[in-house]
Amino acid sequence: MIGEGLVRADGQAKVTGRAVYVDDVRPEGCLYAATVRSPFAHARITGIRLDPDFDFSDVTVVTAADIPGENVVALMTDDQPALADKVVRHVMEPVALVAAPTREKALAAVSHILVDYEPLPALFDPERSRGHEPSLFGSDNVYSHITLVHGDPDGAFASAEGNADVRIIEGTYRVGLQEQLYIEPQGMIATHRVDAEGAPGLTLFGSMQCPFYVVKALSRVLGHKRFNVVQAVTGGGFGGKEEYPSLVAIHAALLALKSGKSVKLIYRRDEDLRATTKRHPCRLRYRTVVEVRTGRLLAFDGHMLFDGGAYNTLSPVVNSRGVIHAVGPYRCENVRSEALMVATNTPPNGAFRGFGAPQVQFAAERHLDRIARELGLDPLDVRRVNLYRDGDLTPTGQTLKDIGAKIVLEAALERAQRPLPPGNGSGRPGGGGQAARLAAGRGLALAWHGCGFTGNGEANLQGKADLALEGRDLRVYTSSTDIGQGTETIFPQIVAAALGIGVGRVSVAPPDTDLVPDSGPTVASRTAMVVGGVVLKAAQALRAALASEVGFDGDFDAMLDARTSDAVLRVREQYADDGTLVWDPKTYRGDAYPTFGWSCVIVDLEVDLDTGEVLYRRLVQATDVGRALNPVLASGQLEGGALQALGYATSEEVVLDERGCMRNDRLTNYIIPTALDAPEMETVLIEIPFAGGPFGAKGIGEIPHDVPHAAVAQAIERATGAVLDRLPMMPERVMAALERRR
Amino acid sequence: MILRFQVNATDVELDVLPMARLLDVLREDLRLTGSKEGCGEGECGACTVLIDGRAVNSCLVPVFQVAGAKVETVEGLASGLHGHERLHPVQAAFLEHGAAQCGICTPGFLVAAAELLAHTPHPTRLEVREALAGNLCRCTGYQKIVDAVANALGRQGS
Repeated sequence: MIGEGLVRADGQAKVTGRAVYVDDVRPEGCLYAATVRSPFAHARITGIRLDPDFDFSDVTVVTAADIPGENVVALMTDDQPALADKVVRHVMEPVALVAAPTREKALAAVSHILVDYEPLPALFDPERSRGHEPSLFGSDNVYSHITLVHGDPDGAFASAEGNADVRIIEGTYRVGLQEQLYIEPQGMIATHRVDAEGAPGLTLFGSMQCPFYVVKALSRVLGHKRFNVVQAVTGGGFGGKEEYPSLVAIHAALLALKSGKSVKLIYRRDEDLRATTKRHPCRLRYRTVVEVRTGRLLAFDGHMLFDGGAYNTLSPVVNSRGVIHAVGPYRCENVRSEALMVATNTPPNGAFRGFGAPQVQFAAERHLDRIARELGLDPLDVRRVNLYRDGDLTPTGQTLKDIGAKIVLEAALERAQRPLPPGNGSGRPGGGGQAARLAAGRGLALAWHGCGFTGNGEANLQGKADLALEGRDLRVYTSSTDIGQGTETIFPQIVAAALGIGVGRVSVAPPDTDLVPDSGPTVASRTAMVVGGVVLKAAQALRAALASEVGFDGDFDAMLDARTSDAVLRVREQYADDGTLVWDPKTYRGDAYPTFGWSCVIVDLEVDLDTGEVLYRRLVQATDVGRALNPVLASGQLEGGALQALGYATSEEVVLDERGCMRNDRLTNYIIPTALDAPEMETVLIEIPFAGGPFGAKGIGEIPHDVPHAAVAQAIERATGAVLDRLPMMPERVMAALERRR
Repeated sequence: MILRFQVNATDVELDVLPMARLLDVLREDLRLTGSKEGCGEGECGACTVLIDGRAVNSCLVPVFQVAGAKVETVEGLASGLHGHERLHPVQAAFLEHGAAQCGICTPGFLVAAAELLAHTPHPTRLEVREALAGNLCRCTGYQKIVDAVANALGRQGS
């Protein structure tokens, strides 16, 4: 059961077209909604009027004045309004909402809502945000500032002066915005309902990762909780549907309340690209003291500057993960890691698979390549000498054990030595099919990734899961959403394995906040490892409850046969750690994560020397997953994450115009990889069990996005000598780097 | 205009605006919601259907163009009744290989793959990649999709 590649539970519905996504539902008499958005990055709103020449008779219009509760998108801080009142702080910020009987009428109405703006000076450069005007957040425009110190970095840098055995090596690295690009745009439907007590209320049905985020946000806006939130089958999230759907739900709900009708709000692709959150861009300055002979890291001093955009969203948590992961999977006894997350007048950045780790580990890996280059060493040797070993301390002072770093490295190297199976490999030819001048290269990078929430996060959250015996079958109740990763398949595998029954007897209840407890959000590589662990505890509790009911503990079906009642037996469990994790959020000292995943990625590519285009041939990854509950689903996560990272590496560039608005707001010019762009992938699952996870499982959702882009940069350098320290490595940047090389 | 065409081997007659998008007619008028809209401009392929056996992006087709044509959607790939259907080999291969994750792109991939397999039952991996290059997937990295399509008919002992 555990370790079997069972077919996904929702597979039949998905391959026959029967799976119901939000846009597939059309409630009776439903209105279609659209959003009036700011054309300015920063402006005062001086008036909102309806065009007297437009027929608004069948159009519902909502502004901030219609909000019954608080005008806020409740998340970490209350800085983001549900609808801009008085001031807009980024282009595309929602100012008003319309709903009409047809999409066409709603879209037409948008341009007849006349908003008067008085433009204000706008801030786009994160380097000039902290303590500068205009004031966008708090007293100094800083969302988060974290400094982590381990050992004595100042002493190590001071003693490096004049010591011929060591050298100070510094580098600056930059990464750009990246769009999650779930193929299904954001969408939500609000319908009216009468609850069990006869009170009127709403149901929000839509595309989302975190139903209880929506509950928290919407209850503040409505001033009550007379609603439920139901996840539709969701067409991809990658973090982009972590916090953003709260805003979409608020908007649909406000229109439904005012119109008295059902309301459907689906973003157009261009609107989704321009308005929604992206991966945070970052500038990273790394200074290190290294041993000249080996490249061993003796001290690290890293400064990261993240652009959070116009509202805080989850940016402090991204900053936090960035600080902790900044050195990569390498031992260093003297570390200063400092990260600053600042406000600008661009659309807010937010959650995206990896959450700060892909940015900082690009810099970490490129910096090791720089060390190798400057010292004349082999980049692989520099990694070997620095890789974590059992008993090493991380920069937060956490003692590492059962480290997979060396194991994944050797496994990836071994696999990459084998030839590709015949018929595989070689995708798109370069040079448009002409005889191209190609340079081939191989790159390697290593990652670590803290699984689950940082520090006390899980203990504070106490994520819950219910398991119910309904007849002779079992049903799992959690708010963990399946957004493609396979939650609906692995939770039944866990329960079935724990109880010794067939997996077909275990189903998963739909994530409906009326039915399920709050298991915490579907984020941070925590669903299988953390919530799956709670589900396993629930299975054990249910067995115990059943044993006590029938008077013996034995074969599950024999216990069922002995039952005299057919009442539903439902148990609830919640997360509790074993009390051994110690974390101080003030000093950033202690056990940052319950465990870490480890991964090594090897990329084979060719660089077209005439166009600068990068052609991927092969990608090998070896990743420590703890235990592969379902190896087909697990390798699917790793392959998909790796290709997203290759897009981040060479094709996905968000181009902002002078207002901070995404200019390339279409799939024709924001280029994600196709099947022809993708390399052949080989995925090696390494299993170093984590005692705190169900059957040893670790989180794996994010680690595949952490470093493939760094392996690409190394491969380009090895193929051509061109050094690129900035993402994305678009063909023109590759060409420029080839020029610099000469 | 009154338009007659065939959808999934069933004759339909509809009163439609000639320039309505085929995708909207399928989803809204015929309630065949298996074809998805990911971009509305022919880039993502989630709305792929077959018109007289050729894969097209239904978001780019004005419906008058299908007058008299045979349109096939993902709903027409399997035979038999819902719940007891016999899957098309490429649907079965998608399940077996784990080629569907979030599933939003899956209908378009299946239809595009069905067209390929109709002409080329045992495609090379490169042929599969070329045939599916008009369909975007953000979940899988395409590896399992290519595995599924390349092997869909191979299992019957080609």
